[in-house]
Amino acid sequence: MMGYYLRLAIISLRRNRILTALMVAAIALGIGMSMTSMTVLHMMSANPLSHKDEQVRRVQLDNWDANDPWDEDNPSEPPDLMTYQDVRNLVAAHKAEHEAGFFPNVLSLEPAQREIKPYMVEALFTTHGFFPIFEPPFKYGGGWSQAEDDNAARVAVIDQETNEKIFGGENSVGRKIRLSGEDYTVVGVLEKWHPTPLVYHIAAGAFNDPQAVFVPMSIGIEKELVSGSNNSCYEDRSDPGYQGLLGSECIWMDLWVQVKDDADAQRYLSFLNNYVNEQKKNGRFPRPINNKLRSVSEWLVAEKVVSRDARTQVWLAFAFFAVCLINTVGLLLAKFMGKSSEIGLRRAVGASKPAVFAQYLTESGLVGLAGGVIGLVFTGLGLLALRKLYAGTSIEKLAQLDWTMVGLSLLIALVASLIAGLYPTWRACQVQPATQLKTQ
Amino acid sequence: MLKMTHLSKVYRTHMIETHALRGFDIHVREGEFVAVTGPSGSGKTTFLNIAGLLEDFSDGDYLLDGVSVKGLDDNARSRLRNEKIGFIFQGFNLIPDLNLFDNVDVPLRYRGMNAAERKQRIEHALGRVGLMSRMKHYPSELSGGQQQRVAIARALAGSPRLLLADEPTGNLDSLMARGVMELLEEIHAQGTTIVMVTHDPELAARAQRNVHIIDGQVTDLDDAPRLGGELAAATAATTVPAN
Repeated sequence: MMGYYLRLAIISLRRNRILTALMVAAIALGIGMSMTSMTVLHMMSANPLSHKDEQVRRVQLDNWDANDPWDEDNPSEPPDLMTYQDVRNLVAAHKAEHEAGFFPNVLSLEPAQREIKPYMVEALFTTHGFFPIFEPPFKYGGGWSQAEDDNAARVAVIDQETNEKIFGGENSVGRKIRLSGEDYTVVGVLEKWHPTPLVYHIAAGAFNDPQAVFVPMSIGIEKELVSGSNNSCYEDRSDPGYQGLLGSECIWMDLWVQVKDDADAQRYLSFLNNYVNEQKKNGRFPRPINNKLRSVSEWLVAEKVVSRDARTQVWLAFAFFAVCLINTVGLLLAKFMGKSSEIGLRRAVGASKPAVFAQYLTESGLVGLAGGVIGLVFTGLGLLALRKLYAGTSIEKLAQLDWTMVGLSLLIALVASLIAGLYPTWRACQVQPATQLKTQ
Repeated sequence: MLKMTHLSKVYRTHMIETHALRGFDIHVREGEFVAVTGPSGSGKTTFLNIAGLLEDFSDGDYLLDGVSVKGLDDNARSRLRNEKIGFIFQGFNLIPDLNLFDNVDVPLRYRGMNAAERKQRIEHALGRVGLMSRMKHYPSELSGGQQQRVAIARALAGSPRLLLADEPTGNLDSLMARGVMELLEEIHAQGTTIVMVTHDPELAARAQRNVHIIDGQVTDLDDAPRLGGELAAATAATTVPAN
């Protein structure tokens, strides 16, 4: 019977085209508005490492001042970055499957080709554990080893764009790239990689691009570089030089580890607590033990990657959608009540109430699907407008429609139209055939 | 075929109770052609609605083809209507968006027949009313008489045991009315039981038996079948497949 109901629905919708267009437009506008804001929220709240949520953990140690918490609004929150000495010690202890300590800075890239002028590239000074933890996809080669970390070997992993620019997109593994006056051997070339949000380094902006070049962290230390994004100290350093910074309580590094599972995370947290207790003996960590080992999803929440404004915007858009739906309910009601005599006839010749219900709900669903498809076009236009309006900002990167949102839009449109059709359809089922047949 | 015993129907509002039928007794035998007459407001249409299971009754009993319909739920009543009863209305009640083929198809769709059987029945029914060649036309393209013929084809397509007609010629001029009446007589001659409500004494006179209703009660049972009707019943053909 579904085929019959669909055919009747198409005939009915084609008969009164203006009414049909109004209903479809109401749903399409609602879908367009809500899905545009929903898409931005969806991209903001995505977790590109959701498949490893239990394993990948952010390390936080509370090394801050005894009387002055790192976050005065939230005193139980430990600092979001780490000191160099703690990162060095914990990476060296190697009590997790992998450790990735890092900080960003810039290097000047001096291409061999004369026609390309030297330019500055964002570089991540990291340890070899970065690659197995965050799994950037390699087009050629791979990461480097611990030995290369230990020896500050001049090796580099470059992104696809840099490889295109410098090596014309060829396999450049083994070739040299000149960074800040030194030759580095390319050991890996990444595929296009843009984790959104940029989970591993939210401090500099959750929706920034990943770095173009990755080199061993030991090189950055050797070159006496600091983080190009955040550096915080709670007291003046006794030694203002670089060695003083390395031995200070200033925080400027990120540390992530990969553990096996939740139980292993508990074991690692115990290790961290023991480590801090040991450090306390040296006069460090004056605050009570407050170490955290958050999963990526917990970290995204703690860092407030999705702003309250973005959520409010989505609620407002859905409120608009609700208004559109209420309009659709009214239009469907008018349409179905206009068909009372047909309903009466169908009931008289043997249609049960469920049969009438199914027929008119099919019509509502069809309106919803049409609204959903046109709503997707509106969503596409809305996102295009956002990209134009916010060109060059993080919003531009977030305003992209993906297949999940396409499917979700159609599903929401269908479900919403079925809900909108429930009351009019129920009213249609209440038609008394005897009355309708006599009054025609 | 149709037997109502001490049937009553009361319409209640906050202020008033209206007895549309009271102590209503009627027995229509298989193969009969009965005309139900009476003044406006006498209860003719209420009787027809109850007979067609379109309305429930307040008290009494009603046997349709030997089955008591008292207490049947909506689904069972819908099924009985679909399988045993054909309706012909004064206003034709065709669906304007559907062509003749699809209009006649409506009751068959709710019986779960396959496409081939439905097609055969629709073509047969439209052929019987002389509109086979116009099955792709829409109701608005037909005259009133032709529209009523389509309505009759729709009623016949399901091979009902009982045909209920409510003023079937009420909206037609005399020429068209005569044509429709002849068609009903032909259908009756082929064995279908017909109960027709009418105001028109001329039409009523052509039925096999007359039942007169006043104030919700049967006041005049003309039980003696007319010769024509009796002959027709006796020579009933069985071209309409029993269901």
